[in-house]
Amino acid sequence: MVPLQWYMYLSAALFSIGVFGFLTRRNIIMMFISIELMLNGVNISLVAMSHYLQDPRGQILTFFVITVAAAEAAIGLAIIISVFRNKETVHVDELTESKG
Amino acid sequence: MSLLEIFFFYHAIVIVTLAAFIITRSNPVHSIVLMLILFFHIAGLYLFLDAEFIAAIQVLVYAGAILVLFLFVVLLLNLKAEMASRLYIIRWPLGIIVISMLLIVMFAGVKSFVPGPKGDFTIQLIAQETHTAAIGRVLYTKFLFPFEVASLLLLVAIVGAIVLAKKHIKT
Amino acid sequence: MAYYKLIPVLPLAAFWINILLGRRYIKNFAHWISVPAVLASWVIAVITLTDIVGGKVFNQDIYQWIVSDGFRVSVGFLVDPLTAVMLIVVTTVSSLVHIYSIGYMHDDPGYYRFFAYLSLFTFSMLMLVMANNFLQLYFGWEAVGLCSYFLIGFWYQKKSASDAAKKAFIVNRFGDFGFGLGVILLFLTVGTLHYVPAFAAIGSFVGHKISIFGTQYDLITVIALLLFCGAVGKSAQIPLHVWLPDAMEGPTPVSALIHAATMVTAGVFMVARCAPIFNLSPTAMMVVAVVGGITALFAGSIALVQNDIKRIIAYSTVSQLGYMFLACGVGAYAAGIFHLFTHAFFKALLFLGAGSVMHAMSGELDIQKMGGLKKYMPVTYWTFLLASLSISGIPGFAGFFSKDELLWQAFAAGPTGKFVWALGALTALLTAFYSFRIIYLAFHGEFRGTEEQKHHLHESPKSMTIPLIILAIGAVGAGWVGIPPLLGETFGLEHADKFGEFLAPVVGHPHPVAEFSHSTEWGVMVLSIVLAFSGLLGAWYFYMKNTAVPKALREKFGFAYKVLWNKYYIDELYDYIIIRPVVWVAKNIIVAVTDGKIIEGVVNGVPAAIANFSQGLRRIQTGLTQHYALYMAFGLILIILYMVR
Repeated sequence: MVPLQWYMYLSAALFSIGVFGFLTRRNIIMMFISIELMLNGVNISLVAMSHYLQDPRGQILTFFVITVAAAEAAIGLAIIISVFRNKETVHVDELTESKG
Repeated sequence: MSLLEIFFFYHAIVIVTLAAFIITRSNPVHSIVLMLILFFHIAGLYLFLDAEFIAAIQVLVYAGAILVLFLFVVLLLNLKAEMASRLYIIRWPLGIIVISMLLIVMFAGVKSFVPGPKGDFTIQLIAQETHTAAIGRVLYTKFLFPFEVASLLLLVAIVGAIVLAKKHIKT
Repeated sequence: MAYYKLIPVLPLAAFWINILLGRRYIKNFAHWISVPAVLASWVIAVITLTDIVGGKVFNQDIYQWIVSDGFRVSVGFLVDPLTAVMLIVVTTVSSLVHIYSIGYMHDDPGYYRFFAYLSLFTFSMLMLVMANNFLQLYFGWEAVGLCSYFLIGFWYQKKSASDAAKKAFIVNRFGDFGFGLGVILLFLTVGTLHYVPAFAAIGSFVGHKISIFGTQYDLITVIALLLFCGAVGKSAQIPLHVWLPDAMEGPTPVSALIHAATMVTAGVFMVARCAPIFNLSPTAMMVVAVVGGITALFAGSIALVQNDIKRIIAYSTVSQLGYMFLACGVGAYAAGIFHLFTHAFFKALLFLGAGSVMHAMSGELDIQKMGGLKKYMPVTYWTFLLASLSISGIPGFAGFFSKDELLWQAFAAGPTGKFVWALGALTALLTAFYSFRIIYLAFHGEFRGTEEQKHHLHESPKSMTIPLIILAIGAVGAGWVGIPPLLGETFGLEHADKFGEFLAPVVGHPHPVAEFSHSTEWGVMVLSIVLAFSGLLGAWYFYMKNTAVPKALREKFGFAYKVLWNKYYIDELYDYIIIRPVVWVAKNIIVAVTDGKIIEGVVNGVPAAIANFSQGLRRIQTGLTQHYALYMAFGLILIILYMVR
C-alpha cells in the first residue's frame, strides 16, 4: 500500500517546481506552462485524497479543475496573441504597462 | 517492496524529473513535448488510484487540447531568437530559496495532516459499475449546478478567445 | 392678570419686525413699529406700578429653562417695588428717546436698524430688571452690553466708532468675568440661583471662609466683591470707567438712553437687588462706598477741563454713578436708587439737550466754539438749564432731594461714611461748576462759531423738543416723592419720604441716624446748598464776568491742567500694561507659533506625510507579474505556517 503522504509529497514537489518556473522564466508561454504544472500537482493531491478517504468530491473537483484549466489556457493564450500583436514581444520584463 | 510501490516510485520520479526539465528548457517546443510525457505519467498515477475517468479526461483535455493550443501559439515565436535570449529574469536564486521554503513548509504541513472520516465511495462501488458511471451519478445529481456553471464558463472561454484573438481588419 | 409679562415682549417683537423686514419693506417707517411698542410697555409699566403701590408683589417662574441634575434655573419674573421703579425709569426714558430719535436720526440710512437696536436694548434691560434669578440677570447684563456694542458702533464705517464699541464691550468683559465668578460662587454656596431662596439661605453662611491660593477669606465678602466687579464694569467706576467717555461716539439718543439712564445704572440696580448679600459683609460695603466716592471726585475733576460737550456729560454720568454706589455702600440703598431715579431724568435731558445743540450746530461738539445759543433755541436752553439746576443740587429741584439724602446718610454712617461724605461734598461743588460752565459757554455770551454754522442755527423739531419738555418736568418734579423726613417735618408733611418707604420691603432701612441731632442734619444740608451755589457762582465768575481767569489758571497750574485734560493718563496706562502685551502675544505667539507652526504644521504635515508614504508604497507596483507572484508565494508560506502551527 502506498501511503497517502507520499502522494502528497509528490504533489507538493510538483507544485513547488511549478512555482519556481512561474517566478523565474521570462517567456510568457513558459509561465503558462508552469501554471499547468501547478494545477496538475493539485490534481494529484485531490485524486489521492479522494481515493484514500473514499469521497467522490475530490474527483469531482479534479474534473472541474481540468475544465477551468482548459478555459483559462484558451483565454490566456488568446491574450498572449493580442499582446504579441501589439508589442512584438513575449518577454514579461518588457510588458510593464501596469507599473506605478 | 511491492509492485504498487515500485510503480509509484517510477511514476513519481519521472514526474518530478520531467517537471524540472520542463521549466529549464530554452526551447519552448521541447518543454511542450516533455509536458506531453508528463501528462501521460500523471494519468498513470490516476489509474493507480482507481480513477479511470479522470485519467481519460486528463489525457484527452490536457494532452489533447491544451498542449495543442500551446503548440499553436508557440509557432508564433521566432524560435532561434527565443533560444538565444536570456532565459531567466535576474535573481533566479531567489526563486530557489522561495521554493525551498515553500517545500519545507508544505512537507511540515503534510506531516501534521490528519485525514478526516472516510466516506462511502468505496472501491467496491466503483467496481460494480464503472468509474465513469459512478462519477457521473454524483456529478449529475449533487453537483449539477457547478456542472452547468462550468459549461457556461467554457462558453465564455470560447467566445472570449475568439474575440481576443481576432485580427482586426482595418477598413 | 399677568399683563406685566408683556412688558419685555413688546419691544422684542418690535426688534424682530424691524430687523427682519426693515431693510426692504419698512425703511423709514420703522418708528411706527418701535414707538407704539415701547409706549405700550410704558403704559403697562405704569399699571404695574399702581399694582405694586397697592402692595402686590409678583414672583413667577414662566418656563423651566435648565434642568440638569441639581441645577435648575427657570425664566421668571420678579416684580417688586425695586423692579417697579426701574420699570418706570426704563420705559419712560426709552419711550422718550424713541420719540426723540424720530427727529434726530431722520436722514440716517440705518434708520430701521437704529430703532431695531433701541427696541432690543429696551427688551434686554427689561429682562435684566424683571429677572428673578441670577442667570437671567446675567443674560440681560450681557444682552445690554451687546446692544451697547451695536449702538455705540452704529456708524460702523467710522473707525473711532467701531473702536469705541469694541472698547466698551471688552472693558465690560473684564467686569463680567468677575461677575460670572461671583454668580458661580454664590451658586456653589447656596445651591440655587433664584433670588428669593438664595437670599434666604445666604444668612447661614456668615463667617464661613473660602480659601483662595492658600489664604482664607470671608466667603460672603468674596461673593459680594466679585458681584461688585460686574457693577464696576457695567457702571463705569474706577478702574473700568474708560469705556464710557469713548462711548460718546454713538448717536446722542444712544448716550441718553444707555449711558445715562439705563444700562449704566444696571450695576447700581444689581447692588441694590443683592442688598441682602452686601449687608452681610461690611468690608464689601466699604469697598463699594469708597470706590463710588473716589470715582465721583475723579470723574468730576476731569469734567472740569473737557471741551467736548458730550464728554463733559459722560464724565458727569460717571461721577453721579459714583454717588449712587456711595449711597449703597453706606447702607442707604433706597437713597441710591432714588438718586438713580432722579438722575435718569436730568441726565437723559442733558444728553438730549446736547443732541439738540449738536443738531443745530451741524454736528459741532466743542463748547468753546459755541455761544449765545440761548436766543436761537429757547426750549433747549430752558430745559437744559432746569437739568443743570437739578444736577447741581439746587433746592427745589429733583437732584437736590436725592443728593442731599444720600450725602446725609453717608455722613451719618461712621468714619468711612464721613470720608466718603467729604468726597461727595467736594464733588457736588465740582458738579455745579462744570454743569454751569456748559450753560455759560454754550448758551450765553457771543457766538464763537463759523458763519456757516450761524446760518443753520434753529430750534429742533417738535419730535425732539417734546421729549425735552417732558423730561424737564421729571427733572424738577421727580424729587417730590422722596422728601427727606427732616424737611417733611418742617413743612408739616407726614411720611414725606414716600420713595424710601416704598422700597423699604426690598432693601431695608438705612442705618439709624438717631444719634445725630437735627441741627447736624440741617448743617449738612446747608453745607450742600452752599457748595452748590458756590459752584454755580464760580462758573458765572469764570465764564461770564472775568473770562481771563480760566486762561490765567491754565498757565499757572499747567501741569495739573495737562493731567486733567488727559484724563489722568489712564488710557495710556492701560495701553502700556494691558493692550501692548496682549497684542504682542497675539502677534508673536498665537499667530506665529500656535497658528503658523503647530496648526499649519499639522494641516500641511499630515497630507505631506501621506503623500510621502504613498510615494514609497508605489514602488511595490513594478508592473512585473513575477514580483507579484513572489509576494503571493511569501503570503502562501506564511499561511501554511500559520495553519500548521
